[in-house]
Amino acid sequence: MGNDSNNDTNNFNGNDKGSDIDRRSFLRLAGLGGVIFASGLSGWAGAAEGGAAANAADDFFFVQLSDSHWGFEGDVNPDAKGTLKKAVATVNALEQLPDFIVFTGDLTHTTDDPRERRQRLKEFKEIVSALKVKTIYFMPGEHDAALDNGKAYQEFFGKTNYTFDHKGVHFIVLDNVSDPAARIGDQQLAWLAADLQRQPADARIVVFTHRPLFDLYPQWDWATRDGARAVELLMPHANVTVFYGHIHQENHHMTGHIAHHSAKSLIFPLPAPGSQPKRSPLPWDSAHPYQGLGVRTVQTSARESGYAITELAVGAVKS
Amino acid sequence: MSMNIVDKKRRLLMSGCAALGLGTLAVAAAQSKERVIKVTAKRFDFSPSVIPLKRGVPVTLELTSLDIPMGFNAPDFGVRADMLPGKVAKLRFVPDKAGEFTFYCDIFCGSGHESMSGSLVVT
Repeated sequence: MGNDSNNDTNNFNGNDKGSDIDRRSFLRLAGLGGVIFASGLSGWAGAAEGGAAANAADDFFFVQLSDSHWGFEGDVNPDAKGTLKKAVATVNALEQLPDFIVFTGDLTHTTDDPRERRQRLKEFKEIVSALKVKTIYFMPGEHDAALDNGKAYQEFFGKTNYTFDHKGVHFIVLDNVSDPAARIGDQQLAWLAADLQRQPADARIVVFTHRPLFDLYPQWDWATRDGARAVELLMPHANVTVFYGHIHQENHHMTGHIAHHSAKSLIFPLPAPGSQPKRSPLPWDSAHPYQGLGVRTVQTSARESGYAITELAVGAVKS
Repeated sequence: MSMNIVDKKRRLLMSGCAALGLGTLAVAAAQSKERVIKVTAKRFDFSPSVIPLKRGVPVTLELTSLDIPMGFNAPDFGVRADMLPGKVAKLRFVPDKAGEFTFYCDIFCGSGHESMSGSLVVT
């Protein structure tokens, strides 16, 4: 099940109660881009079991899923039609359900056929309707939106950029994919600036987006052309964390005091930035099916500004 | 008399040096002459996909698309340009380091977009 010891887990833990890691340590460790703990699912299990971290009224956790690429076919995932469903089962099997679920883009795999694009979006929506948690926030990836500026996506999921507030945290969803040139654009940046102006300097802010807002590895298109302008707008705020997808693997990076965490995908893992000449997917390993794929839980704490991130493998759950 | 011989030898030597110098200059000029290379894009390829360049020698890429809007981006040299059908974009830069560097299409152009890349080979 969700906390099966076979799960591929590592806690990127900013507030692990057993380790006394304070925010400063968290940031320093995060700056190294390393995985800090490899343990059981303490990040969410603490909440699930009503542990100390779960007692504060404003503590909660959410689940991030990303890059399901529904419609993809290829050797790198012989279970392309089953992986998303397994991810849904993994989330549904959590002992305590999250407050909400967020999908950080590339819900579907791109197609040049607009009718097929809609068919894939429709099927994706039907599959994720099986999630027990009904509060789900979506955003597009370039595979969903870049060929028609988000038109088909919006028919199924509505706006591509918006904000919401939950238990003291201000969430901002940024669209850096509907423009095929990977720009957030002046209009959306003005909207972001106006929204941030309404937030106190110490507001707890979480940004969800698809592409990295910083130049992770532009040679593989792992960047947002005007992402630096968004980071500049966010910089005056003391407590900002960004969760994104796109690169099909975990990556933890700091721009100043802002932490950026990418998520694994639900279709195929990609190589580490610049680790091989081409950005070709890592091959399927039949000895370790679904390796490198997964979903994550993110535990917040009202007392700490860090986030406990726990990675859950797909397929570990018996559905 | 002996002076004349010396002068003649000196003149020969000097003219030889001058010729040699001009030759060196000519070679240098050929090496440093700005190069112009036409590059076309179409779904989902660049042509040529491997572009040889000389380090320190300015190059102007004349970029155009044969079908839909594309982008040419060479992040190692901090340059990019749109590649539009019916228009030629001139992208000038000086390759300041040797090696093989990726360029890629940075405007999402369809199902083959993610494999649309090429190499700048700088020697």
